[in-house]
Parts: sequence; C-alpha cells; structure tokens
Amino acid sequence: MNAPLIEFRDITVTFGGVTAVDKVSMSVVPGGIHGLIGPNGAGKSTLFIVACGLVRPRAGAVYLEGRDVTRMGPHRRARLRMARTFQQLELFGVLSVYDNIRTAAEIRRGWAHDHSDCGRDTDEVLERTGLREMADERADRLPTGLARLLEVARALVTKPRLLLLDEPAAGLNEQETLALSSLLQGLTDDGLGIVLVEHDMDLVMQICRVITVLNMGQVLKTGNPGEVRKDHAVIGAYLGSAEVSV
Amino acid sequence: MHDLIAYTIFGLVTASIYAIAASGLVVTYTTSGVFNLAHGATGMFGAFVYWQLRFAWSWPAWLALLIVVGVLAPLFGCVIEKTLMRNLADATEATKLAVTIGVLVALVGAALWIWDPQTSRPFPAFYAGSKVEILGVPVTSDQLITVGIGVLCAVGLRVLLYRTRIGLDMRAVVDDRSLVLLNGGRPDRASMFSWALGSMLASLAGILIAPYLQLSVIPLTLLVVNAYAAAVIGRLRSLSMTVVGAVIIGLLQSYAVGYLPTSTVSWLQRLPDTIPIIVLFIALLVLPHQRLRGGASRRSREAFPLPTYRLALIGSAIVVVAAIVVGPLLGTQSLFSMSSGLALGIIGLSLVPLVGYGGQISLCQMTYAGIGAVVWAHATSRGNLLGLVLAFVVAALVGAITALPAIRLRGLYLALATAALAQFCDTFVFGLSSVTVFGHTIPLFGFGSLPASRPNFPLLREASDRTYFVLLAAIFCIVGIGIVALRRSRYGRMLLAMRESPAACAMLGLRLTTVKLGVFSLSAGIAGLGGALLAGLSTQFAPDAFSFFQNLPLLLLMMAGGVAMVSGAFFGAVALGVFSAVGSMSTLFNRAASVLPGLVGVGLGEQPNGVVADIAAGLAKLGRRGARRESAAPAVADAEPVWEWSGLDAPLNKQELAILDTALGVKAGV
Repeated sequence: MNAPLIEFRDITVTFGGVTAVDKVSMSVVPGGIHGLIGPNGAGKSTLFIVACGLVRPRAGAVYLEGRDVTRMGPHRRARLRMARTFQQLELFGVLSVYDNIRTAAEIRRGWAHDHSDCGRDTDEVLERTGLREMADERADRLPTGLARLLEVARALVTKPRLLLLDEPAAGLNEQETLALSSLLQGLTDDGLGIVLVEHDMDLVMQICRVITVLNMGQVLKTGNPGEVRKDHAVIGAYLGSAEVSV
Repeated sequence: MHDLIAYTIFGLVTASIYAIAASGLVVTYTTSGVFNLAHGATGMFGAFVYWQLRFAWSWPAWLALLIVVGVLAPLFGCVIEKTLMRNLADATEATKLAVTIGVLVALVGAALWIWDPQTSRPFPAFYAGSKVEILGVPVTSDQLITVGIGVLCAVGLRVLLYRTRIGLDMRAVVDDRSLVLLNGGRPDRASMFSWALGSMLASLAGILIAPYLQLSVIPLTLLVVNAYAAAVIGRLRSLSMTVVGAVIIGLLQSYAVGYLPTSTVSWLQRLPDTIPIIVLFIALLVLPHQRLRGGASRRSREAFPLPTYRLALIGSAIVVVAAIVVGPLLGTQSLFSMSSGLALGIIGLSLVPLVGYGGQISLCQMTYAGIGAVVWAHATSRGNLLGLVLAFVVAALVGAITALPAIRLRGLYLALATAALAQFCDTFVFGLSSVTVFGHTIPLFGFGSLPASRPNFPLLREASDRTYFVLLAAIFCIVGIGIVALRRSRYGRMLLAMRESPAACAMLGLRLTTVKLGVFSLSAGIAGLGGALLAGLSTQFAPDAFSFFQNLPLLLLMMAGGVAMVSGAFFGAVALGVFSAVGSMSTLFNRAASVLPGLVGVGLGEQPNGVVADIAAGLAKLGRRGARRESAAPAVADAEPVWEWSGLDAPLNKQELAILDTALGVKAGV
C-alpha cells in the first residue's frame, strides 16, 4: 500500500514549560475524512500547526507521503500538495471572492509550472462550492458561513491531495453544515484525504471514517466512529466521568 | 590598561543612556502595540524644555528635572496615548508607524520653531567639573550619576513590572489584551501608563545625553535608532536583553572611538557613529525566524478601489495638460518647488506597490533616490537616457541587498532596518567621496556636491525649467500607469493577498521572502529613477537632499494622499510642492511648512485611507444619492423591513414574513 498522506511520528511540542503535544503518532490515508477531536487544550491546533510547518516540534517527525518534511517551511509543504483552512479566518479581505480563489490558483500555477487555466480552475471551484452568486462580493463582507466556505474553496483550487480543515463548521447554521458535509464527502470520493478538526460531534460522527481523540496532548483513542463513541476513556475525557449515556 | 578602563567606563555611560531610552521604547511597544518612532524626538523635546527651565530661566536643576521628567513628559505621553494611539488598535502596522512619524516630524518642527537652531546652547552636565578616581581613571560626577540612574531605571522597571499591580496589568495586556478586558481589567489604563512611562524615560535619556551630543534637534531625535538597535537585541520584548544590547552597543561604540585609527584613515572618521546600526543589522541577521502568526482577521479600515486604465489615462491627460497650462504662470521659485514636488512624487510612487499593495514599510526611499542620483550623475553628463535605466537597476540591486537581512522577519523589523539604513547612509556613506571595493573605486559625493544633467529625450534636448516641469509630469503619469497595470496584474493581486494574510499565502505555496524582495527592489528602483530626475532638476545636488529626514514628510504626505493609489501619490506630490513653495515665501511660513507634514501624519490615525480615497467615496455617495433621487417614487413601494437591528444576518424572505405576520396577527405587507 502507498505511504500515508501525512504521518506524525512521536511528535512532542512544548511552549515555554507547557507540553502541548506529547509523543503523538497518527497517520492519515487517502480517500477519507480523518477526524481529530478532543476537549479544549487537547493539542489539536498544535498538531495542526506542526503539520503546516508553522511550528517545529521539539521531537518527532512529520512525513508527507513518505517524505520527511519536519524541517520544511510552510510554503514548501504546500507545494507537496497540502492545503489548509484557518479557524480564525485568513481571507484576503479586500479582494473579491473570485479574486481570493483566483489568486490562490495563480500562486499554485507559479510553483506548479503547469499550464492550467486559472480562470477555469476558479470557475470550477466556484461551481463546486456554490459560491458563484457571491463571486463579486468583497471577502471581508461575507457572513461567517460563506467565509468559511471560501476558505475551503481557496484551499481546493490548489488541487491538494491532503486538506486540513480547522473547525470549518464553527458558526455555521444547520443548512450550511449540511451543505459542507456533502461537499466534503464529494471531495473524498475523488481521492482527497481530509483531516478535520471540529467541535460539531454530529458532523464528525457522521462523515469521518477514522477518528483520533486527543486529550492532554496525548492520543486517547483511534478508531472508527462506532468504536470511539463507545470508548470509556473518551467519554470520561469529555464528560469528566465514566458514565455511559450514549 | 588605563585606556581600556577609561573607554569601558565611558562606554558604560553611553550604554546606560541607551538602556534608559530603549527600555522606554520596549515598555510602550509591548503594552500598546505601537512602536514609537517619536521616542527620540520626545527625548529631544524634553532636553530642550529642560534647557529652557534650567539654563535660560535659571531654575534649580532638581526642580527643572522634576517638572520635565516627572510632570510634563508623562502628561505628554498620556495625551498622545489618549488622543492618537488608542484609536490605532485595529490599524495596520504602516498606519501605526506613520502616526508616530507624524508626532516625530511635528516635534522636530516645533523645536526648530521655538528654539532657533542658529544660536548655540551650552548644556553643561550635572556637577560639571567634579571628579573622582576609579582604578586610577578620573571619572566625572555626571558619568557616575548617569550610570547610577541607568542601573536604577533597570532595577526600578523590573520591580514595577513584577511587583506592582499596574505592572501586572501591563504584563497581562502584553499577553492578551481582550482577555484582560473580559476579566474586568482596564487595558487602556495600562496602555496609557506605559506611554507616560515611555515618555518619562525618553526625556530622561534626552537630558542625560544632551551634554555629550550638544543640544541640537536632529542628533537627539535620531537617538531612537540607537535605542531600537538595543531593543531589537531584546527582540522588542525582553527588558533584560535590551539592557544587554545597550551595553554591547555602548562599549563597542566607545572602543571604536578609542581604538580605530579614526584620525589617520579618513573614511573611518564617522564609523563609530554607525556602530549601533551595524549591531542592529547583525542582530537582524541572527534573529530567529519568527513564527508566521495567523489570526490576522482584523478588518482593515483601508479601502482599495481597483484602478481602471480609462481613469488612469484620463487623469494622466489632465495632469500633463495642467502642467502645460500652469507652467508659464508660475514664477521661478514656485516652478522649482512644484517641479521638485513632482520629482518627489515619482519617488513617492515607489511607495504605492510597496506600502500600499504589499503592506511593507520602508523609511529609506530617499536613500535609494540618492543612490539613483549618484549613479545618474556619474554615468552621464550629457543626459543619456541609459543613465536613467542604470539608476533604476543599481538602486533596485542595492534595495534587494539591503532588505535581505530583515525581509524574512515581520514588517516592523523591515521598517526599522530601512530607517537604520537611511541613517547609515546619511551619517556615513553619503559623506564619503568614494568607496573602494576589491580594487574598484566607486565614486560617491566627491567633495560635497555633484553636478547632474537633465535627461535628453528625443525632441526635448536640454530642457528648460518649464519644459522639464511638463516632462516630470509626463514621467510621473507614465510610471503611474505602470503601477496601475501592476495592480491589475496577477502580481498586484498577489501583493494584496500577502498584505492581507501572509500565513494564508504561505499555506498556498507562496514563498513570501521572494515576493517581498521582488517588490522591495522594484520600489527601490523606482525611487532611484525619481532620484535621478530630482538631481537633474537642480543640476547640482548635495547629499542632504537625500538625508534621513527627507524620508519622513515624503512618506507622510504619500500616506495622507492615499498610499494604495496612484492618485494619492499625485496628491502627495502636489502637497509637497505647495508646502515647499509656501515655505520659501517667508521664515514663518517655512517653519509652519515643516510642522504641517507632522500634523498631517498625526491625522492618519483617523483617516488611514488618505484623502483621495475619502473624496472618491464621498463622490460615489453623492452619485448614489443622485441616482436614488431619480428613482425616489418607486423606492417607497420597495421599502424593505428593518432587519439589521433584529439580530438576523439577512432579511426575512417572503414566506418567513408571512409566517411572522400570521403569528403576530397583522395583515401581510403592513
């Protein structure tokens, strides 16, 4: 079998004296959604920024498709076909929705050196995400739901093999969450691997194939939604007791 | 050995002053998030006020010191914080810096206005004349006092920050401002206190260093560069490392004075003055790469209209025709002023892609202009146009090389590095007659000033003053149209994207340093071109035309016009021309004209878009109002229910309205 899209081996990250992530190992395979959940402070976000290269781990290594990228900067990892969205929106506020996506497509063409048509790629993504109607709107004037969708659209236009989503459903209403969930499932059908950090448990349980639960910087459990749901340690971490109510 | 001790003691004296100034800078910056470039100017003003009280009005030293450092300086800090800095929380780094530069320029202008720079003002040190001996080296009392105050300040700040309630508040604000607010703390109070404290430390440093530097405006104001060199060693955060930085700089500077053969090797003469800057650049090189922070989701107040070619062409035609019409109406002096305004405007255009689109800040565009001018003067004496190309290329190359140390760091560091570079060229490079590198002698300013020709365009050989005025207007327009094209291109969008979110750009695979370096050298090149044209205007030019201080009004007026727009740069150019024309009429106007850019810069906190954008927005609003009036009748029928206040983020649709109406028991549509 092929190497996993991304693999963390014994990652340890410390901030000052605090160990945010402690010897975490985890790997993500193509064509499915891998949920990453855990209570606040569990180390989800830290693992995310380690994956992107925004922070170097104190120990351990990160592999992208079998390649050690631990010492690579963010832009070089992105060129290995990894994209992400940001929990705190990082849109290009003064640019229109269309230009947000198009600029991303142009940046991609700059390093991919292929002759893809940025305009057509942008149009495709606009169609796929349903942002067509908002194409001329300035990005910083979008309501939260659409802004999060634009984050996803901008990541998609770089044609990634691995997509990291940081709480894409935060602040979304029911309808928008449904649309997001079907979009993500459609993407995995095309072979994309997705890592999803999310607090919306219904969404996570419904669309993830594998879930890794973090607590206090360590992996508590990895398994399919059914297994995770029944795990006593997981329930304990979330509810503070071992009472089963599921 | 005796010498070494003497130089060490003197180095520690300077180090103490740098440490006092630098810790004030760090305290203000960390607590309020605004890097105060006017820190040195505050110290300068404090020293002048002290001189006025102590020596002109013969007050006792303790009283004058108490009034300046204990009352006036903190009051000034509080007022500045309350009126200006508090509103800057969500402003961009460029706007924040520009406001402090505005304060700097205003203070310098005011000081030159109040205290005539022509008269000499002796500023004896405390207890001048009395000495003690340490290890066989005579040490003056004031040196001892200075070191004592330095140590006292360092210890005092430490105690203040870690042992008092307000110190706790200040450190909390540094950690997380909004969390302090949510927990019932008052970040504004901490912020105001830090400005008062910073201002006190600045004035204390100013008073202490004045005896060594003589009481003159510019050197005291530039103390800020030496101070932030020390602060950069503390990564603008750590007070203890800042003190270490100050000691390193103070000692190195003192040893350089003592041990470099400055009296025999002429080019070494002014090198000791540049030690802080050299240390700064080394510190920038070894400073660890900072983590790209996300969370920049602040909504910038800056607006960016996309320029169109049609508007750019119409505007250009109007500018050139206006130049042709106005040229003959102007007298010699006004013509010269307006022409220099246009040439400065071309240098100012270099800021549009860099600051306006890319969000990077440069305080040394005039330095690159100076390099362009020198290249032009040496390359051709007959106005060969290839000289302009060479001026562009050399300035761009120098820009790229000089930006390298800071380019991988955050925008503020680049701004600080560029200011230091401008200061370095000002005090050192531009004072040299030539530089010899690997056996090649590169001529510089020779013996003070250089002759420069005007570029010879086909059909326009040896342009007269009036023709050159029109020519400058035309070149301004051509460069302007080029920048409009840049904004509309892939590259322009990429620059804006980088400005809006560097983290997102990096995660899309963009190599930020390459883009930054590219736009920085393009901008330096344009400045070099403008410098060559400016040199051609006066046909004979001296390095002071390209001094550090020339950068400040340029940046401020460009930002006041609107630095993200070519039309904004045009506004800046005209304003510079008018200020210079008015300034040449009388000494009073001249003084006022030197304060004005400062006041304009101070106003940037309120109007970060610049006037042109605001005028355009106003016109657009007027236009919409006109359109609405035309269709006033149907507007009543289309009136939408008020929904903004209802907590919904979109108006209700018809179906929802109907449900609501039924529930409330009202008739539909009422």
